Amino acid sequence: MKNLVTSLNNPSPFGAMVRKEIAGHIRSWRFIVLLMLLLLTFWGSMYISLSNIRTAVSNAQDPDALFLYLKLLTTTDGTLPPFHVLLNFLGPLLGISLGFDAINSEQQGGTLTRVMAQPVYRDNLLLSKFVSALLMLSVLFLALAMLMTGGGMMLTGVRIEPEEVLRILSFIVLCVVYIGFWLGLSILLSIRFRQAATSALTAIGIWLFFTVFYQIVISLAVKAFIPRSHALTESDVLHYNEIILNLLRLAPSQLYTDATTTLLMPSIRSLGPVTMEQMAGAIPTPLPFGQSLLIVWPQVSGLIAATMVCFALSYYLFMRREIRS
Amino acid sequence: MDNAIIELRGLTKCYGSLKAVDDLTLTINKGEIFGLLGPNGAGKTTTILMMLGLSEPTAGTARVCGYNATNTPIAVKRKVGYMPDSLGFYDNMTALENLVYIGELNGIPRSEVRERAVEMMDMVGLRNEDLHKKTSAYSRGMKQRLGLADVLIKQPDVIILDEPTLGIDPSGVRDFLGLIRQLSRQKGITVLLSSHHLHQVQQVCDRVGIFVKGKLLVEGSLDTLSKNLFTERYYEVQVTVRQAITTPWKHEPDLLQLPAVQKLAVDGPTIDITCTRDTTPDIVRFFVERGYDVTGVHRKEYGLDEIYQTYFENNLTEAATP
Repeated sequence: MKNLVTSLNNPSPFGAMVRKEIAGHIRSWRFIVLLMLLLLTFWGSMYISLSNIRTAVSNAQDPDALFLYLKLLTTTDGTLPPFHVLLNFLGPLLGISLGFDAINSEQQGGTLTRVMAQPVYRDNLLLSKFVSALLMLSVLFLALAMLMTGGGMMLTGVRIEPEEVLRILSFIVLCVVYIGFWLGLSILLSIRFRQAATSALTAIGIWLFFTVFYQIVISLAVKAFIPRSHALTESDVLHYNEIILNLLRLAPSQLYTDATTTLLMPSIRSLGPVTMEQMAGAIPTPLPFGQSLLIVWPQVSGLIAATMVCFALSYYLFMRREIRS
Repeated sequence: MDNAIIELRGLTKCYGSLKAVDDLTLTINKGEIFGLLGPNGAGKTTTILMMLGLSEPTAGTARVCGYNATNTPIAVKRKVGYMPDSLGFYDNMTALENLVYIGELNGIPRSEVRERAVEMMDMVGLRNEDLHKKTSAYSRGMKQRLGLADVLIKQPDVIILDEPTLGIDPSGVRDFLGLIRQLSRQKGITVLLSSHHLHQVQQVCDRVGIFVKGKLLVEGSLDTLSKNLFTERYYEVQVTVRQAITTPWKHEPDLLQLPAVQKLAVDGPTIDITCTRDTTPDIVRFFVERGYDVTGVHRKEYGLDEIYQTYFENNLTEAATP
């Protein structure tokens, strides 16, 4: 206890850095704009799902109909995509805008030299940028999820299942990891490029490439080497399908989509194609949480690995960097 | 040399084929104010960054406060305050917040840090109403003072100021350097300041080193420097008379007959006389006896400007004839 008190009183430099970063983010206009955007998205998708929740839950054909709170996150009538799909687009924007000028703005402003002349480790600066943004996002998403469940409870009076709590929590973790990837990427670019505008533009370019062009490129490439379809056996088709899917999964947004849909829709059993033999005898019931998690585990690991690679590269570039402006 | 606080031995830094700092050996003693003089691009900032362990030397060692700056930069940075030439503050924070942040990075307990920051700002002469202003509203001179507070808050043994007088007006420079000198004397802080403004450095430094193209050409106190340099033509007397003198001047041979007078140059009403000894009284008497109305006598002493100039000239001629 005494240790705790002294450590609170004598802040580690790292703690001070994280605190300063968070304060800087919260006071910035950029964050307010992003917050508004996120709240608007959340409010819009919640409004639509709440107005359609009655039909969604009373649909007896749907094995997921009993999960009211998961339905709240995924139901839509087609006017607006559900929250997790919207976040697929919004997440990169959040991550990029929180990180694109992390290091280069400090270097341009001359604050980098000043901070580096203090008795702190060089990587602490990098880590504090990353941790502070992730911390803020986690709090934000947790708050949104609680708002949703709280609102749902008030409106419907239905008790939340422990399974739903777990699924929603892991959905939040997944969102944070996904945004963390884009944050890591944009911090990397902010070290690589001296101008904030260049790094922002490059990050947005990468994001656009993965969301718009990547699928086109993949389908073109695959068409070029797949033989004419009438000559294919069923197992060949399956095989090629698997290849296409795996190539698509190199894009982080694909990983995120796979993982979130599986977590939020418990009846999803497989992310690839399923043959009739496999389907025969399967009862259309929701999977337990552990099984869903097993399905998405490769996706989650992939996202974490990509984030790690970005961070390791940033670290490598930054440690050897001349810091003068 | 047991009170040496900064010891550089054979320090070398190369950027590709360019030698930014070339085999620099320098010792600075505790409590001293040392001026590192040199033109832009001489390698001053690089040297300073190596002293702080922010840049890795290609060869040689830098020991500061007894620690090797390359291997244990954190220990060095605890003892050394560094003010970079391009001072930057976080513009979205107030001056006090900026200072408190730096204090926290130095591990000052949170209960004390605010109080100490206010004390430092008072010490460097920032008024109370400036504390809560955003630093974006600060003038260059105020930023410089805040930068000094920033350096002092960790209670350093050594402060390193990189071009501290850049971009402030002359009276601001005088105040600022006065402040540095006073602080150094009161607290026994060693000061290393780099500059290309000779006169300013002249005012405060105990010792200077002239640094050109990565090499320390000469170091020592101003007196020794000028004595070494101007052994032959140490004194130059300029006499101004009321009437312009027409050349050829009839008294010229007589004046050259005076002991120690080497040569003279006449330019309208002023005569420049170079001599090996200080013979100003004889020269004045000479003029008075011949009925000139002497309006001014100026005995030139060589200051840093001339020293600097001479070293640069030497250096340039060397460079021109490889």
